[in-house]
Amino acid sequence: MQRHRAMSRRALLGGLAAAGAAALIPAPAARAQQEPILARQIPSTGEELPVIGLGSWITFNVGEDVVARDACAKVMGDFFEAGGGMIDSSPMYGSSQAVIGYGLAKLGMPAGLFSADKVWISSSERGPEQIEASRSLWGVQRFDLLQVHNLLSWEAHLQTLFAMKAEGRLRYVGITTSDGRRHAEIEKVMAGHPIDFVQVTYNVVDREVEARILPLAEERGIAVIVNRPFRQGALIDAVEEHPLPVWAAEIGCANWAQFLLKFIVAHSAVTCAIPATSSVAHVRENMGAAYGILPDAVMRRRMVEHVAAL
Amino acid sequence: MSEWWSYGLSDFLLFSPRTYYRLFELYNAAIWPAQILSISVGIVMLMLLRRPGPRQGRLIAALLALCWLWVAIAFHFERYATINWTAPYFAAGFAVEAALLLWLGVIHGRLRFGLDANPAGVVGFAIVLFALAVQPLIGPLLGRDWRQVEIFGVAPDPTAVATLGMLLLATGSTAWELLVLPALWCAVAGATLWTMQAPDFWIAPLAAFLVLALAAHGSQLRR
Repeated sequence: MQRHRAMSRRALLGGLAAAGAAALIPAPAARAQQEPILARQIPSTGEELPVIGLGSWITFNVGEDVVARDACAKVMGDFFEAGGGMIDSSPMYGSSQAVIGYGLAKLGMPAGLFSADKVWISSSERGPEQIEASRSLWGVQRFDLLQVHNLLSWEAHLQTLFAMKAEGRLRYVGITTSDGRRHAEIEKVMAGHPIDFVQVTYNVVDREVEARILPLAEERGIAVIVNRPFRQGALIDAVEEHPLPVWAAEIGCANWAQFLLKFIVAHSAVTCAIPATSSVAHVRENMGAAYGILPDAVMRRRMVEHVAAL
Repeated sequence: MSEWWSYGLSDFLLFSPRTYYRLFELYNAAIWPAQILSISVGIVMLMLLRRPGPRQGRLIAALLALCWLWVAIAFHFERYATINWTAPYFAAGFAVEAALLLWLGVIHGRLRFGLDANPAGVVGFAIVLFALAVQPLIGPLLGRDWRQVEIFGVAPDPTAVATLGMLLLATGSTAWELLVLPALWCAVAGATLWTMQAPDFWIAPLAAFLVLALAAHGSQLRR
């Protein structure tokens, strides 16, 4: 497929109609002033969390580059202005934690922040040391959520995290995986441990979690964070070669990013999706998915079929 | 981490191409005018090739060792490590290569270089010239900012490629100990660029392959 392929007349007209509908939808920051952001309750506490968060994998790993750090801070600023809450990172993500800390300090530690990070180290003894280093990089008093990254040494790290939660040094405990790895083990942890969150990959193309993990999360009262909603950009690059279907306007989608994100967060088990971006324009597009109506089951099926047919 | 087979190269790419090339831009600005010195070092090495003698091998080895040590500290440890947590290991590898060049080439005087008209000599000289004069131009020719150029002696890829070319020009038995780390780096660099979908990903691996193939062929002929 070529990126700039010629459009058929029908596709062009469809795209123009969708663009016309999109023009009627106000920007997320303006909408945040006019209507409540879509939010889901964290099952273990009932606390509400905006359905669109902000990931930091690759996009926020910009090292000491001040220009790029300022650009990331601007992305964070627009994210919070549009009503966003959760920012997610990991010690694995290079300088991302330090860049988030830089942005938070520059923004004056926004009140809406829900800080989500991970522990990612083989040695269980060195877990607390890594968590403290991460907290220091973020510049927060304590994390809202800490997750065991990719189940690395999960038994020992979960003990540490549960102890921190019991001492009031942490609010929520979770585990993560990505790209469909180790789902059997994820299910085992979900079934056997009182975790608050599970983070998995889920999007309109990668729907393996619909079979067991999402139903189990609902059954066990575990909040679900969805990573890689755009397959690290590959999915959105692929669909953007085609015009947005006219009927996407029925669920308030002005662009493909909102189409893909609304599909995800419309699932009743999903608490929040965390697309990553270093672009202000993209974070605004993404946050638009946290407003308006969400697709119902019939519409979601139509979305799957439409993307599969592209 | 288990299930290693389920991970692709892209799972280990921690940064965007934009961040990677900006790193070179900021690095070049920070070390300027060290690039003039490093290019001069390359030219001196080429001139020394025409002056065989007891000190020639030691001098070339010392200059190469200096370049590898500079890249280990100034690039990998101080710069690349800010976006890649594996960079300290790369720094260690480059420091080991510098130590090997000092040990074998300077202290033991095992290296002598010459300009032979055989295939290894021609390809080796061409690879050194390429690393010094052509490789830095590839980025700008592909549309990248000229301030992001990668220059021999201060950037890892042309340093590794030029070292491989020089080692192909070494007379006597092949210094395999010195070829391993530059060749490994060329593989790492190629994999990184391939994952970033850079069209020039194949250059350093191809140079390494040519050098290793010709070195192996030369070793067989000497038996």
